[in-house]
Amino acid sequence: MADNILEMKNIIKTFPGVRALDDVNFTVKRGEIHAVCGENGAGKSTLMNVLSGVYPYGDYSGDIVYNGEVCQFNGINDSEEKGIVIVHQELALVPNLSVGENIFLGNEVGSKHNIDWDATHEKAKELLNTVGLDVSPHTLIEDIGMGMRQLVEIAKALSKDVKLLILDEPTSSLNEKESKELLDLILEFQRQGISSIIISHKLNEISYVADAITIIRDGKSIETIPNQDRTVDEDRIVRGMVGREMTDRYPDRDVEIGETIFELKNWTVHDPNHTERKAVNNVDLTLRSGEIVGIAGLVGAGRTELAMSVFGRSYGENISGQIIKDGQEVELKTIREAIDNKIAYLTEDRKENGLILSESIRINTTLAKMDKVSKNQTIDFEAEKAVAEQFRKSMNVVSTSIEQQIGNLSGGNQQKILLGKWVFTDPDVLFLDEPTRGVDVGAKYEIYTIINDLVAEGKGVIMISSELPELLGMCDRIYIMNEGRFIGEMDGTEATQENIMSMIVTDAN
Amino acid sequence: MNKTSVSQFIKKYTLMIALGAVVLIFAILTEGSILNPQNINNLISQNAYVIILAVGMLMTILTGGNVDLSVGSVVAMIGAVTGTLMVTNGMNIYLTMAISLGLGVLVGAIQGFIIAYIKVPPFIATLGGMMIWRGVALIILDGFTISPYPDQYLNIFNSYFPNFLGGPEGLDLTCLVIGIIGVAVFAVLRYRTYAKEKNQTVKTTTLGGTIGSIVVVAAVGLYVTYKLASYRGLPMILIYLFIIIAIYHYYTAKTVSGRYLYAVGGNEKAAKLSGIDTEKVYFKAYTNMGFLSGLAALVVVARFNAASPTAGTGYEMDAIASVFLGGASAYGGTGTVIGAVIGALFMGVLNNGMSIMGIDANWQRVVKGVVLLAAVIFDVISKRKKS
Repeated sequence: MADNILEMKNIIKTFPGVRALDDVNFTVKRGEIHAVCGENGAGKSTLMNVLSGVYPYGDYSGDIVYNGEVCQFNGINDSEEKGIVIVHQELALVPNLSVGENIFLGNEVGSKHNIDWDATHEKAKELLNTVGLDVSPHTLIEDIGMGMRQLVEIAKALSKDVKLLILDEPTSSLNEKESKELLDLILEFQRQGISSIIISHKLNEISYVADAITIIRDGKSIETIPNQDRTVDEDRIVRGMVGREMTDRYPDRDVEIGETIFELKNWTVHDPNHTERKAVNNVDLTLRSGEIVGIAGLVGAGRTELAMSVFGRSYGENISGQIIKDGQEVELKTIREAIDNKIAYLTEDRKENGLILSESIRINTTLAKMDKVSKNQTIDFEAEKAVAEQFRKSMNVVSTSIEQQIGNLSGGNQQKILLGKWVFTDPDVLFLDEPTRGVDVGAKYEIYTIINDLVAEGKGVIMISSELPELLGMCDRIYIMNEGRFIGEMDGTEATQENIMSMIVTDAN
Repeated sequence: MNKTSVSQFIKKYTLMIALGAVVLIFAILTEGSILNPQNINNLISQNAYVIILAVGMLMTILTGGNVDLSVGSVVAMIGAVTGTLMVTNGMNIYLTMAISLGLGVLVGAIQGFIIAYIKVPPFIATLGGMMIWRGVALIILDGFTISPYPDQYLNIFNSYFPNFLGGPEGLDLTCLVIGIIGVAVFAVLRYRTYAKEKNQTVKTTTLGGTIGSIVVVAAVGLYVTYKLASYRGLPMILIYLFIIIAIYHYYTAKTVSGRYLYAVGGNEKAAKLSGIDTEKVYFKAYTNMGFLSGLAALVVVARFNAASPTAGTGYEMDAIASVFLGGASAYGGTGTVIGAVIGALFMGVLNNGMSIMGIDANWQRVVKGVVLLAAVIFDVISKRKKS
């Protein structure tokens, strides 16, 4: 019999009204990297919460067998004691504490009444070296980027003598290069004997790193695909996840590209925190009607900063350059002016910056353009309901009604509402920043279709994405950005992941 | 009605049910004294200022749980100004009232500017205001109390709606008729909302809920107006309160600016990126709080017939407690004007009932604190269960 570090048997977990996990069986062999795949809402995170004790023993039925013994965890502390450590999708670091303090938070070095700071930072430095992160343990979390934070989170996990590491969407906010480094780190841990469970939507990463892939669909464990020889292709995984063949992940588009509708000339933006640094440096951009233009680049290249600085100067200081819309120069000093000039910006962070999670679909849909559903400042509720209902239907949002709270929807449905909110403002130019982040395969396809419909109406889309395949699949033209500058431009047909990455790497040298 | 709709009903109207229960308990304990015509009249005039302040406080709290600690001191300061101008210097009463309200707006605008544009946390900015305006009130009055106010001024707030319809001895027919009209208007409005939604897919009301709310409002409304009619008629202050509540209810529930209050409290960054001028939302909420503090000052000096340097002490806490009792979130983004008003009434009934029973004032504080905590704990726990 194979040596299994973990067996989860017949796990059933119900919430009021739903059976989130329905007889799930899941086995991880000792020393393997095991991927869990499924659409959003399939039950992956619930399964990991059961495993780590977030839902205590008795809250679910079925057995967790870890290292051959049946476990009854009553909380995260119990599972961590056994060496099961989970790194959550939403990073749980305190921004205004240092890297070292965060690594040992809740697990302080020294005695309870006298923390040994020297030892803390000493040990933290060792752990940081292990994960290949070259920062001082005294650096504050808020001063480092997302990629580094992810590594700090992993260093924190290592501080707890981890045997089974669970990573929930570890690369969702990382760029390709950082992702690769992270995955290689997981492979390195494997050589040191640490088993890992990785949840990810990025199928190429899974087929690169995982020894086995378990697919969860609608709360049930569908199948486990072995991948020791790394031969499982992405379509095979997608087929399991959606239960049907997805022949094409990017819908076809047949759109006549028209006149130039939007231009940036010599656009330069300074970083508000370090005013001498140019976050965007002398960028020229053109966008034609019916066109989808991509901006490729590493995280920190200045893509979001570019989009936000154009969108009513919502980022940056000392902004210079010209915005030309429909042949006329415009000044967009406030976000209101940008919206009124038919420019929209879909944020990369829908929960923080995009939606009001405590409010309904209806209220979120109309918020950016209230004058379309009001007269003399008074809201026309009939009109507002009609608009919300129309978008809910046309965007195919799975929900009970337009009065449902946004916070209760899945990521994909939230993203559709966010997109709908901006479509409602009647934009000519849409900046879409990571439009499919944290969205499952089925919803991605639907969002791509909506984007295609938008350009078919003659709008122009500027798409920012850290997933190169997405840009290659969707864009007519791609700008390549690095360190604030546009370093190249490629036609959608000639661009490949290899030549884009090599251009960035060459530029960096 | 099935089981879930009953529990939903209880959840939605928890505070109203609790208010009814408290009134009932006091009615038994005081052997009906709390429901005396004169006492109902007193309940309204005693609590007018809390209701006015609670409405303003709701709007600052909506922006993100931000309170205004300065309102009690502003009431004292503006009260002192009215006393000095109207009583000491004999200025025209309407001019004095206009100056007082203008002064309230100015004070609110200064604090609003500091909060919205200089970005000082509201707690600190208004804590400063609390000290400053109390000090200014003491300086203006030099520690003394100014009184009495001209009768003409007192009449504006303390008089009753003229009974031109007459009626039998001890029953003000005009008051009764106005009460009946009010209930009828409410019933028609509620029914129209229901009827309009009947043909739509999205429903926020049910037939049972509509009829139920009409019956309850009609019963309470007619009972209260009957009691008032058998005392001295319809107090003018009640009419002013209805107008204020109606305006602010409309503002928060039906206007774009009102929606922005909720949006900023729900997610400030998302509101900003939706093109909402979030600074202006803060500025307006605090400026308005200053205006309503000025209004409350006018009501308070008329009720006590005096401007005192210690007036308004603790009013900010009464208003804040009312808003949270009324179901507003301490993080902003949820809460209603009607909720805040009912919260204020709830506090008022507690005060009044315990006073009639002769409970020691120190113990009254303890009870009110416990009730506030219990209400919020209940709210937090019931929300946690839902999610």
